[in-house]
Amino acid sequence: MKFLKSFGQFWYDFIIGDDWKIAVAVVLALLVLFAAMKAELFGDTGLTLLGGVAVVVAFAISLAIDVRPKRR
Amino acid sequence: MDAATWGLIIATFVACFVEMVEATTIVMAMGYTRSWKSALVGTLAALGALAVVTVFAGYALANWLPESALQLAIGGLLLIFGLQWLRKAILRSSGRKAVHDEAAIYKEEVAAAKAAGQSTGSIDMFSFMVSFKGVFLEGMEVVFIVITFGLNADNIPGASAGALAAVVVVLIIAIVLRRPLSMINENLLKYGVGLLLASFGTYWAVEGIGIFRGDRESLDWPGHDLAILGLLVTWLVLSRVFVAVLKTPAAPAARENVAVEVEK
Repeated sequence: MKFLKSFGQFWYDFIIGDDWKIAVAVVLALLVLFAAMKAELFGDTGLTLLGGVAVVVAFAISLAIDVRPKRR
Repeated sequence: MDAATWGLIIATFVACFVEMVEATTIVMAMGYTRSWKSALVGTLAALGALAVVTVFAGYALANWLPESALQLAIGGLLLIFGLQWLRKAILRSSGRKAVHDEAAIYKEEVAAAKAAGQSTGSIDMFSFMVSFKGVFLEGMEVVFIVITFGLNADNIPGASAGALAAVVVVLIIAIVLRRPLSMINENLLKYGVGLLLASFGTYWAVEGIGIFRGDRESLDWPGHDLAILGLLVTWLVLSRVFVAVLKTPAAPAARENVAVEVEK
């Protein structure tokens, strides 16, 4: 039982880790790409570039939120 | 061998190397303070369990999921995992998070081993369980990376070779030195692995979104595999920008939360 708990903790640490915002950022970026693909906004080249940019921007925002000065 | 295969082997080698160093610290602490026999039996049991997981998970994923679904699911997980490592590396490089200290972890494990009661049987269950858990959980990350890289690059043997080479190299270093491998710049290695995982993860997760198209075909990056190099440069530049910006002193409240954290 203790081992199963550790195993579950491993997957939690793996996906959520120290900062849940990263998992959320990745999901949101992929959702943006999904929406653009469904709307047939671009061809493959445009979609992959959009996806790459969305992931990078989403990560940058999540890290910026993470390190922002906290209010007292 | 082509450049993609070398990239695959290097990525799995470095990722496995880092995890092996961490697992070795735990096993050495148990071996030197309690029982080498029990620590090594625990290690072998964990390696056996990992082999079973690798075979079953690899077979199931390779046979049950279409390629684009595989790219999206495990590429997405790889991306999240890689970005977690990259985040830690950025925070450590900018002095906002305590660096990973293998020597401190070794001391902590030794103290826990000494504090635990003595075992009466032929196998010291404390050494066995701590070694098993340490090797299995660190090894699970390696298994995940090997399966992910191997399946997506359609080269499981190449990914396994990289991981196996790392196991052998770390074991040789540990046997020769007979002390925790704290001289290895693990933080720098983790930074490199974070960049690699983030680049490959972005590439595959974006490709895999094609599963939701009518034809279920993966999206096609311009330049194909070369796009991974572009992503690697992008993540490297972004991380260096963050490190440079974050090195300026933070507000006291933000600093207090991260500076004292000890990471295993």
